[in-house]
Amino acid sequence: MDKIIVRGLNLWYGDFPALINVNADFKEKKITAIIGPSGCGKSTMLRVFNRMNDLIEGVRVTGEVDIDGTNAVSPEADLIYLRRKVGMVFQRPNPFPLSIYENIAFGLKIHGIERNADALAGVIEESLRRVLLWDDLKDKLKRSALRLSLEQKQRLCIARLLAVKSDVLLMDEPCSTLDPQATERIEELMRELKNNYTIVVVTHNMQQAARVSDETGFMLLGEMVEFAATREIFTAPKDKRTEDYITGRYG
Amino acid sequence: MRKFKEFIIEKLILICGSASIFFVALIFVFLLKEGLSLFKTVRLGAFLFGKSWYPISEPAELGILPLILGSLLVTAGAAVISVPIGVGCAVYIAEIAPGKVKEVLKGGIELLAAIPSVVLGFIGMVTLVPWVKNIFHLPTGLTALSGSIMLAFMAMPTIVSIAEDALYSVPRSYKEGAFALGATHWQTIWRVLLPAASSGILAAVMLGIGRVIGETMAVMMITGNSAVIPHTILAPVRTLTATVAAEMGEAVVGSEHYFALFAVGIVLFVISFAINVTADLFLHRERR
Repeated sequence: MDKIIVRGLNLWYGDFPALINVNADFKEKKITAIIGPSGCGKSTMLRVFNRMNDLIEGVRVTGEVDIDGTNAVSPEADLIYLRRKVGMVFQRPNPFPLSIYENIAFGLKIHGIERNADALAGVIEESLRRVLLWDDLKDKLKRSALRLSLEQKQRLCIARLLAVKSDVLLMDEPCSTLDPQATERIEELMRELKNNYTIVVVTHNMQQAARVSDETGFMLLGEMVEFAATREIFTAPKDKRTEDYITGRYG
Repeated sequence: MRKFKEFIIEKLILICGSASIFFVALIFVFLLKEGLSLFKTVRLGAFLFGKSWYPISEPAELGILPLILGSLLVTAGAAVISVPIGVGCAVYIAEIAPGKVKEVLKGGIELLAAIPSVVLGFIGMVTLVPWVKNIFHLPTGLTALSGSIMLAFMAMPTIVSIAEDALYSVPRSYKEGAFALGATHWQTIWRVLLPAASSGILAAVMLGIGRVIGETMAVMMITGNSAVIPHTILAPVRTLTATVAAEMGEAVVGSEHYFALFAVGIVLFVISFAINVTADLFLHRERR
């Protein structure tokens, strides 16, 4: 099953074309990695899916991004609904400067999902359990989230999405600020989450793409050069440019 | 020779640096010396909590409670008016206004800060005071409310510019995080940006209030200057500052009245100092 279907997607920052005629299918409950050198448009691509590019002035998009049957890039798209469904984890963990509890309650409150205190506590516990933070933090829920370690912060940011029942998780270099051990644990979490969520991860780190993803897209200068099963991309790339990149000739 | 020159310049700069502290110390010592002389004859409690201020009757009654309450009332009124408007304005400038409007607004706020207080007082006297009188059917429009409204204009620039700074320095990632969770712009402002900037905004409020409580000219012109304990905001009041300004000229040097005015100065100094320190604490908490 394809969760996100991209057809003929173009995006300009002013006059600069950042995405050029991109076509790709992202499979449901799989991890898809997008790799490529800096400035190739991979983050821009990710930010099309939850319309975060709208925050930048002068962005123009054409084409179609079908998520569960609705076109996410159409001007009529319901952004609030879209962003609730398509959650995003950022490069630098960005918990709000509120308590751990309030960080997760935030999404539930703004969407009016849960107002009852007991039910709220239940959802918060479940979300923290799924990212393996509950045992460490259950007595510290009132503490500021800013006092957590980087890894814990990133997990909390993931828990925040699980609480509002996102079903697509966009991850923009989620481990680039973490040490190797923490990175490994987050990757483990990603594999675990794959059972229930469609994950799209942008990464600089080719090894990470090779380790966690089922499918990989290679982007260069705004184009989706090759999009295939991860094993294929890394062992038998069809395009010369993909081969040059994964063998480290540039990037 | 070059070394000698360096030495001289360094020392000169040192003198400039110490001068400000030296002057503050001088002012402080003088204020204390003159002000504390009062307490040889008047008890501190009677001074601070005395209900009547008749400095030139025989014997003089030097209770500044009406003046303190006058100052507090005018200041509280000004805060009630200026804080919501000021913070709202800061939110608008920092978050909502498009580029051009933002520049115009910021320029306007700076201009507001540049208006001398005597001009504000004068404008208040000829426009606001009759207005207050007519609306509330009062015998006089020279009331605490009129003072509060005019002082709100004076506090606003401070509140707006510092609060806007605080909002502006909230990391962009918080905003992105909120939007990415599907929050509306207002939910993001209300639930994330304002709490994140809260200590800076509190500092802005404190500094705005600090400015109001020390203000003299405008309040002297439009609050009616009657040293009576006010029971409503529609009564004329006299503030600490206006008392010193109005009476210093006629107080006999070395008299009880003269010392009392210096003691009023100490009280004002303590209040402003406390406010500034609190504001500073908030600002530092934010930086950490």
